[in-house]
Amino acid sequence: MRDDLEDIEIQLLLEALYQRFHYDFRNYARASIKRRLTQARLQMGFPSISALQDGLLHQPEMLSRLLGYLTVQVSEMFRDPAYFRALREKVAPHLRTYPSLKVWVAGCSHGEELYSLAILFREEGLEERTIFYATDINPVALQAAEAGVYPLDRLRKFTENHQKSGGKSSLSDYYTADYGRAMFDKTLRSQVVFSDHSLVTDAVFGEMHLISCRNVLIYFDRALQDRAVGLFRDSLARKGFLGLGSKESLRFSKHATAFSEFVRDEKIYQRQDP
Amino acid sequence: MSAAGLSAVAIGGSAGAVQALSRILPGLPADYPLPVLVVVHVPPDRDNALVALFDAKCQVEVKEAEDKEPARPGVVYFAPSDYHLLVEADGTLSLSSDELVNLSRPSIDVLFESAADAYGPSLVAVMLTGANHDGAQGLRAAADAGGVAIVEDPASAYASAMPVAALRACSEAKTMNLDAIASYLSSLRTA
Repeated sequence: MRDDLEDIEIQLLLEALYQRFHYDFRNYARASIKRRLTQARLQMGFPSISALQDGLLHQPEMLSRLLGYLTVQVSEMFRDPAYFRALREKVAPHLRTYPSLKVWVAGCSHGEELYSLAILFREEGLEERTIFYATDINPVALQAAEAGVYPLDRLRKFTENHQKSGGKSSLSDYYTADYGRAMFDKTLRSQVVFSDHSLVTDAVFGEMHLISCRNVLIYFDRALQDRAVGLFRDSLARKGFLGLGSKESLRFSKHATAFSEFVRDEKIYQRQDP
Repeated sequence: MSAAGLSAVAIGGSAGAVQALSRILPGLPADYPLPVLVVVHVPPDRDNALVALFDAKCQVEVKEAEDKEPARPGVVYFAPSDYHLLVEADGTLSLSSDELVNLSRPSIDVLFESAADAYGPSLVAVMLTGANHDGAQGLRAAADAGGVAIVEDPASAYASAMPVAALRACSEAKTMNLDAIASYLSSLRTA
């Protein structure tokens, strides 16, 4: 409703980011982008968004730091344990009927969700037949996901969540603690392909049996949500599953009819026949 | 009082806020001309019991805010637990799971600052009781954008820290007790 100077500056910075570096945040929900850019501007010491844009264009090494502000999501392992319990109890029995599986963790950030799924699949005897694709647009986040190292003080919450998700083992079986850090077992990523992929600009890359993309779509505007959900639809095998965040829904999506609610409360959807 | 020129009411509170809202929201008439956006600090479990509690007491519709839904007049929207609630420039609502702000998610600052951006002078921002300082910067932003800033009187608030912090950040805010806030908000009627 109001069009103040800073909104114009933000528009221009996002355009610059796209034209110069091909990162496209132009259709991200603007209110959160504005908060994150303001935080970046203050912490990087720029007096205005325009000055930040100038810095970005002339010192490309700033890109990585800015991307950190714009993309990185704080998550937990087994966040919303009931979601993982539903995957275990309701989705896994269907997945067991396939000889091989492909799972896509879209927007994997630092990998908390990926390791949660890898552990769950191991516990359910599905890991060996599965290839996981962990994708993100932020290369630094992808490196962190690949490293699988988390501050030890976060493990108490991760462990509690894992138990609540119906975990059949102890989370401590999967990491070693050292110097205040928990390093997750590298065999958990032996079946994982880490890759740069954008839900905004990239295309289908495989036929998936499960896509987990939680608390990513809320950062998109409606048009971009439609694009991403269309991409998920086209990426899913017949009767494949899509898991969203607890406050995300396909109810208003252009592609709602391509899916049925499989576990309604946990926002797990199933691809319907075209 | 006419609601002409106003677009929305945003309310934030923490300790004691449920009781305070119980004296404010039930008085809003079913045809209330503004959307009401509420952030109350609640523990991060998934069932937002506040919605059911207030829906039973209120004439206006009470619901949990959903991502990208338009904020409609006559509806009270509660931020879901463990998500920030924001307002987009086009008057739709957004959720975010960004990091805690003032140790809180949802955070009152996040709601107030985005609502100040979206609504400018047509926002009424109301800071209720609470025991920390979340919302103070947001109330400052609401006032800077020309909106109406109201703070519950610290003298009679259940917890005074939040109103005091809000008044320190925004000294021009109107101080009112709960009854005055309730009657002011319910008096905003279609012209």
